[in-house]
Amino acid sequence: MAGLLHLNSTLLPSASLLLRNRSGGQAVRRRRACRVEAKIREIFMPALSSTMTEGKIVAWNAAEGDRLAKGDPVVVVESDKADMDVETFYDGFLAAVLVPAGESAPVGSAIALLAESEDEIPLAQSQAASFSSSSSSSSSSSPPAPQETAAQEASPPPPPPAPVAVSAPAPPSPAAQGGARVVASPYAKKLAKELSVDLFSITGSGPAGRVVAKDVEAAAAAPAKKAVPVAAARPDVPLGSTVPFTTMQGAVSKNMLESLAVPTFRVGYTITTGALDDLYKKIKGKGVTMTALLAKATAMALVQHPVVNSSCRDGQSFTYNSSINIAVAVAIDGGLITPVLQDADKLDIYTLSRKWKELVDKARAKQLQPQEYNSGTFTLSNLGMFGVDRFDAILPPGTGAIMAVGASQPTVVGTKDGRIGIKNQMQVNVTADHRVIYGSDLAAFLQTLSKIIEDPKDLTF
Amino acid sequence: MHSGVAVSAPASASAIAGGGARSEAAAASRRPGGIRLCGLRGEALARGSLRISHAPAAARRVAAPRAAAAAPQNGAVAGGGFDYDLVIIGAGVGGHGAALHAVEEGLKTAIIEGDVVGGTCVNRGCVPSKALLAVSGRMRELHDEHHLKSMGLQVSSPGYDRQAVADHANNLASKIRSNLTNSMKAIGVDILTGFGTIVGKQKVRYGKVGFPDKEITAKNIIIATGSVPFVPKGIEIDGKTVFTSDHALKLESVPDWIAIVGSGYIGLEFSDVYTALGSEVTFVEALDQLMPGFDPEIAKLAQRVLINTRKIDYHTGVFASKITPAKDGKPVLIELIDAKTKEHRETLEVDAALIATGRAPFTNGLGLENINVVTQRGFIPVDERMQVTDADGNVVPNLFCIGDANGKLMLAHAASAQGISVIEQISGRDHILNHLSIPAACFTHPEISMVGLTEPQAREKADKEGFEVSVVKTSFKANTKALAENEGDGIAKLIYRPDTGEILGVHILGLHAADLIHEASNAMALGTRLQDIKLAVHAHPTLSEVLDELFKAAKPKEGQERKPKHPPQLLLKVLSFITSVLSSKQ
Repeated sequence: MAGLLHLNSTLLPSASLLLRNRSGGQAVRRRRACRVEAKIREIFMPALSSTMTEGKIVAWNAAEGDRLAKGDPVVVVESDKADMDVETFYDGFLAAVLVPAGESAPVGSAIALLAESEDEIPLAQSQAASFSSSSSSSSSSSPPAPQETAAQEASPPPPPPAPVAVSAPAPPSPAAQGGARVVASPYAKKLAKELSVDLFSITGSGPAGRVVAKDVEAAAAAPAKKAVPVAAARPDVPLGSTVPFTTMQGAVSKNMLESLAVPTFRVGYTITTGALDDLYKKIKGKGVTMTALLAKATAMALVQHPVVNSSCRDGQSFTYNSSINIAVAVAIDGGLITPVLQDADKLDIYTLSRKWKELVDKARAKQLQPQEYNSGTFTLSNLGMFGVDRFDAILPPGTGAIMAVGASQPTVVGTKDGRIGIKNQMQVNVTADHRVIYGSDLAAFLQTLSKIIEDPKDLTF
Repeated sequence: MHSGVAVSAPASASAIAGGGARSEAAAASRRPGGIRLCGLRGEALARGSLRISHAPAAARRVAAPRAAAAAPQNGAVAGGGFDYDLVIIGAGVGGHGAALHAVEEGLKTAIIEGDVVGGTCVNRGCVPSKALLAVSGRMRELHDEHHLKSMGLQVSSPGYDRQAVADHANNLASKIRSNLTNSMKAIGVDILTGFGTIVGKQKVRYGKVGFPDKEITAKNIIIATGSVPFVPKGIEIDGKTVFTSDHALKLESVPDWIAIVGSGYIGLEFSDVYTALGSEVTFVEALDQLMPGFDPEIAKLAQRVLINTRKIDYHTGVFASKITPAKDGKPVLIELIDAKTKEHRETLEVDAALIATGRAPFTNGLGLENINVVTQRGFIPVDERMQVTDADGNVVPNLFCIGDANGKLMLAHAASAQGISVIEQISGRDHILNHLSIPAACFTHPEISMVGLTEPQAREKADKEGFEVSVVKTSFKANTKALAENEGDGIAKLIYRPDTGEILGVHILGLHAADLIHEASNAMALGTRLQDIKLAVHAHPTLSEVLDELFKAAKPKEGQERKPKHPPQLLLKVLSFITSVLSSKQ
């Protein structure tokens, strides 16, 4: 389905449409139903001591989509001081993490959603979107986007938008960021982080123009007036009316059309993921995500097949990219964006995972800098967490290939010795620009990728 | 006092008996003959002598009661034609501890001091900093509304008077200084004023710097000249905006923003003081993580408790290559370079900078060249008995060096313990101090304390020597007293050998950690095994139950028992009877 696109202007894909339909149409009904049955439960920040008012998430032991049994440790919370494992009280699937590792939440507030069955994960994720939009509205001065759809890093393909499109609601700054520096006191820096205030946008009142705590507080208080009370999260889609595209959606539409000018073709492959799943279980406690693992594996395969990392800019030549930058599609309110893991082949998996987390946080806060979403050389789109087993992505203009990743599921397979067994397998499907990338290139690339994933020890080097 | 001690006699005797072979190394060497040691305590107690106090100087430092009791007096005449049996150069805590013990042993003793009695610890270190930390602890509490409210207290806008705080620190130093001076005068130690220089074998001159005009001879000499703050090159100290702990303790100002170069004990304690008084702090640390030297787990937690929640930020893996004091309206400038690549990283502009990069030995002008001794980075080389070794690696007879000047373990109480160890040797009893059983503490809020090995050190040792290491931990949150105080933050960690039950290290972060550590350090010094100490009883509810928890959580392997679980009471009684008979004959 979906596609994605991009170019240098904006993006947004049809994927979001799709999702929107889903959650729009049926979800309304479904949601109502679920309320009654309460199949989606919130996991709360526990009070680990009598003095604790808020807790910080040190690490999630489970990733979104993981199955949890009652009593499993889900998250490590740092209370007043000690780290404590917090267990879940119910069986289910961790559907959405509302407070990522490293952030704090008041005691009693929801930090994650637990879905009773896998089917309800998307629904929970859409609820999560409302959580995050309502909570972010208070702190960040940003964007409204009364939109629907899933929040999660789920989704489809897409690509990089132009700064214009997305930055409309964004805060002032970036210009200054170049090489300039801001002198800010330690507490001012801490406050700025807490209050999501950009230090570059503040004029300091301290000695020699230093930014001090009260400057940050003043800056944080100021924008409050313009903070549009973001429409109560997730309004239902106004059935029977025509709603114009937002800027981002407009950009997606434009890119989608442009993508029609590129002669694409597709090659699919089935990869056994048992070893990868095992590795993931081992290291997810250290903050490693499946997305980072896939990006890393893809980057390593691209090292051996530079042509798959190339693109055709003018219809007459190969542009071989010097870095391997993996763009990963993420659905956000009202659209889709592709944060880029730059030099994914060179970074170790832990750094990559941290980086990814940062990017997703920034994407949700709509604070990605242009080079953080438009420098991709190869795009990944993963709908596996929704249980999608295979799909087909649209090539973002300006790049050579995009890979659509389906869910890994137990599959009955015949083994070489003539027996029948069950293995976890996932299907991937690469869409490429045939002007530069030929069928044999993709086939060889996919074979390399499957070898890496089936024997993933090099991923953690 | 006697009765108090007497009651504890059986307990200490049995603890020693239960303590396995190691205790002999640590404690036995008082008298030739291993077994006597059990009786030794009995003997000492029976006579009411204070000789048993092996305890390092802390207890002696406030020596009033001891001076009042029938204290020993300085030996009237030195033996062998010397002016003194012992001359100590430097009247810091190390020299003081040695002097007191020497007089007790009947040695005619003099101590030479060129500055003020008490040295770094009393005048520019542990003592005044504790006064400031006492203030910061209270300020912190008073400002923690949430904490107070949860206990039902209301306080409105607490504030402080900087000068009064500074005076408190200064007064405390004077008071301890005069206690120290009096304790030495009371027992007749000659306090000679001037800088001491060794001019030859058993010969010392002292007087004004460069003009040592008086010469004395001594059978034995102890160098205890201590250390001064270390200032890396490129850093210009002006004493006002760029300064060391010496100036900082005077608290002449409380800057809005202060950079602290070095995140060891000194830096950490000052960050506690400054942030409590309203400053913001930036740490500059050359290593890749803050608080190097602490057990990594403790450092991690300490960072969370003592740094992340406060108005502190930090730069790690950087050197402060150049620091320029504030002048002409410009702030203090600190150039940071990458510790590895030496590339310029950043320039900080702050209101003040405290240099807490460690301490350098103060050994210049000691006349070491006269006796063919060469310092190593300023430290005086010594063997395990604190005997100074010369350039050829031979022991220089009758010359010892204790404390910061030898660099073995730069802590006041270590210096004192080394001094006492030296006196033991001079008095004819071989003694080797076990440095691993010396505790250390950092007086932040909450406090951090430790003794023995860190977990990585223990594991490394275990790998090399082929034994197993186990670790148990407990949280202050599980302690009733800590919760009553609303101070449940903190952990205690025990590292031990499950095969023998030997304690390898204990690390505590939490309320009164500095006071709690001694149960562990004493157990280590005496070689007490976990199998035995876990049966000891702790009053409830007290913080000491944190350690009780640790000991009880440890699982030493049974079946390796080297001694019966219960000390043979009958044998003990017989032994102590015999020794008391013997000693009364003497």
